[in-house]
Amino acid sequence: MSSCCNTPTIDIPVEPRVAGRIRNVALVGPPNSGKSTLFNRLTGLRQKVANYPGVTVEQRVGRLNGIGLPDLTLIDLPGIYGLDTYSEDARVAVEVLHGEMPGTPVPDAILLVLDSLHLRRQLMLAAPVLALGLPTLVLLNMSDLMEARGGHIDTLALAQELGVPVAKISAVRGTGLDSIGHFLNRKAEPDAPPSATRIELPVVGNPRSYRQWAHGVSNRTKYKAPVSNQATRRIDAILLHPVWGPLIFLAVVFTVFQVVFSIGQPLSDGFGDLLNKAGDAVAPLLGHGWLESLAIDGVWRGVASVLVFLPQILLLFLFIGVLEDSGYLARAALIADRVMRSIGLNGKAFIPLLSAYACAVPAIMATRTIENKRDRFATILVAPFMTCSARLPIYMLMIAAFIPNKPLLGDFFGLRAAVMLSLYFLGFVAALATARLLKSSILKASSAPFILELPQYRLPTFRSLGLRVVDRGRVFLRQAGTVILAVTLVLWILSHVPFHAALGESVIGRLGHFIEPVIRPLGFNWKIGIGLLTSVMAREVIVGTLGTLYGADPATQSLGLQAALRHDLTLGGAMALVVFFAFALQCTSTLAIVRRETNSWKWPALQFCYMGVLAYLAALATNQIILNFIH
Amino acid sequence: MVAIALLSFFGAETELEPDLSGAWKLSLLSELPIGTTGVVESLDLPGEIQHHLMHMGFVPEARITVVRRAPAGDPTVYSIDGFEVALRRDTASAIRVREYETR
Repeated sequence: MSSCCNTPTIDIPVEPRVAGRIRNVALVGPPNSGKSTLFNRLTGLRQKVANYPGVTVEQRVGRLNGIGLPDLTLIDLPGIYGLDTYSEDARVAVEVLHGEMPGTPVPDAILLVLDSLHLRRQLMLAAPVLALGLPTLVLLNMSDLMEARGGHIDTLALAQELGVPVAKISAVRGTGLDSIGHFLNRKAEPDAPPSATRIELPVVGNPRSYRQWAHGVSNRTKYKAPVSNQATRRIDAILLHPVWGPLIFLAVVFTVFQVVFSIGQPLSDGFGDLLNKAGDAVAPLLGHGWLESLAIDGVWRGVASVLVFLPQILLLFLFIGVLEDSGYLARAALIADRVMRSIGLNGKAFIPLLSAYACAVPAIMATRTIENKRDRFATILVAPFMTCSARLPIYMLMIAAFIPNKPLLGDFFGLRAAVMLSLYFLGFVAALATARLLKSSILKASSAPFILELPQYRLPTFRSLGLRVVDRGRVFLRQAGTVILAVTLVLWILSHVPFHAALGESVIGRLGHFIEPVIRPLGFNWKIGIGLLTSVMAREVIVGTLGTLYGADPATQSLGLQAALRHDLTLGGAMALVVFFAFALQCTSTLAIVRRETNSWKWPALQFCYMGVLAYLAALATNQIILNFIH
Repeated sequence: MVAIALLSFFGAETELEPDLSGAWKLSLLSELPIGTTGVVESLDLPGEIQHHLMHMGFVPEARITVVRRAPAGDPTVYSIDGFEVALRRDTASAIRVREYETR
């Protein structure tokens, strides 16, 4: 684990621009031009992901190998339509290209990626990019598809029109990429002739003249667009059909969930067992002193309590990746928009919020597809209300201990299921109410544009899915890892000082006693108080803490724990506890990821306090209602 | 016009290029029926959104075809310069188009 949260795993030097020497290459292109596929193709796993300073735009930088030049850095700019500052993405792109972005190397050359299936429109971006005057190579991506569908372009004529070299490539198949090596090697020669033959560029900053220019260039270079995307239209006729569309949509959603829970849950459980066994195996090597306790009970178990979610998180990323790469994600957003709008969000928030039912971490990272910043932040802030799988252990424990297994509607739907369902419903309602509150207050938007580009359907490739899953997993581990480690250490110290004291007499135990008057009205005792404190780490930690406190091992003697809880808590207190967990943000990983995605501690702090206050009030109400009306 | 809608619905192989030379009337993009094509006359949206749309190709004289509506009736998918983009009704109603009278 690195010492600082922002230490990159790959050391990418930031070099000043040297005449005649190419070090930093910027990858520029419109959204859906296949730019990210090309970036992954060119850098593989030699990339690092961070945020640009002060904004929430993701910065991707990678090492470009196999070109014959040492130390080439490839900077992947956000997908943009133009170089005017119409959005945060575009602002970042302009600053990077002008060398004004702190922490990002100044580009010496540009690779401009254009989708050759839609060249007429994509050429609009070429005008402002060429006007920058940097050495540029234009890459016509998906040219294999274009030609297979009867399209045509005279690349020599295009190179003459643009005054820069042009190459046909396919980022998915990896063809034509040697042109990049040739281009960069030629530019790297000290006496490379300036390629800037005089060309006519349209007036800078005027989209209308860009479009006229792009159409003129397309016509003069004999561009013939391929036969239009009939396959996509035909698939859309079914997937966006007024009746079949929503039905297929629901089937997709249901399948994703079925798989995440039926495969992800056992995977997570197995992974958790493995982590614990690994800890047990290492334990004897450390002796039996405080070192073993710190390393195994403190660090390893704490980290393992978060790591167990990794299989589920990766599985969700895989699904979101398949949906996004295939093009269905945009259709899902289109179908869901009408419903999402009624709660003040837009259609693109649907899949992230849905993912949050398994885990808020991938959900929050998936909000990157929402361009509108206010909508995106609102989605991030409400996502943790969705009932994630880390809440299930405490829900199941308390329900099993306190709710009798009374049938309500036949044998299949009993009182226990009803309570569980109400808890899901509670989180959902809180999310809706919070979204409305946010959108009518601090995240109020003067107007909420919803501009959704529908890309053509494509078959996702294993390579790009694999890279995406690995990349997201790495971001999660790096961002959450350091925070998790710190919280684990603090919690261990608090629960082991003074030495040789039982948990109840440790600092954290005394804190539990100390907050008892505050949580007494909720029906909680000091043991629950300690559980609330330790589960700041991750929600399911409370089960283990209660197990320790009640002198029972949760894995083997859950019956003992249930009986102990029944003896110690009232029904009101027990239900107040699950309601508390339905609302409270007891999750270090989520806090760390929200900080990363919003690029500030302000939002996770606000979220933690808001959800905490809500949890307290809801638990208080629950306990008082049960105390006064049911008992 | 119904024929065009049906053809595009069932995915006809031929893209019908409508003849845009005859008489036209001014209408809002949101009012165009499915399958019809309009030519952008003007946009009246807040600064950043207008800029964003114009960079995507929504500029005066651009041809826009109404492809389909979302199952809930809104947003609507439009085709412009060979790519498809969905806009909500309130956004589309801020775009004035020339609607040509087809036979």
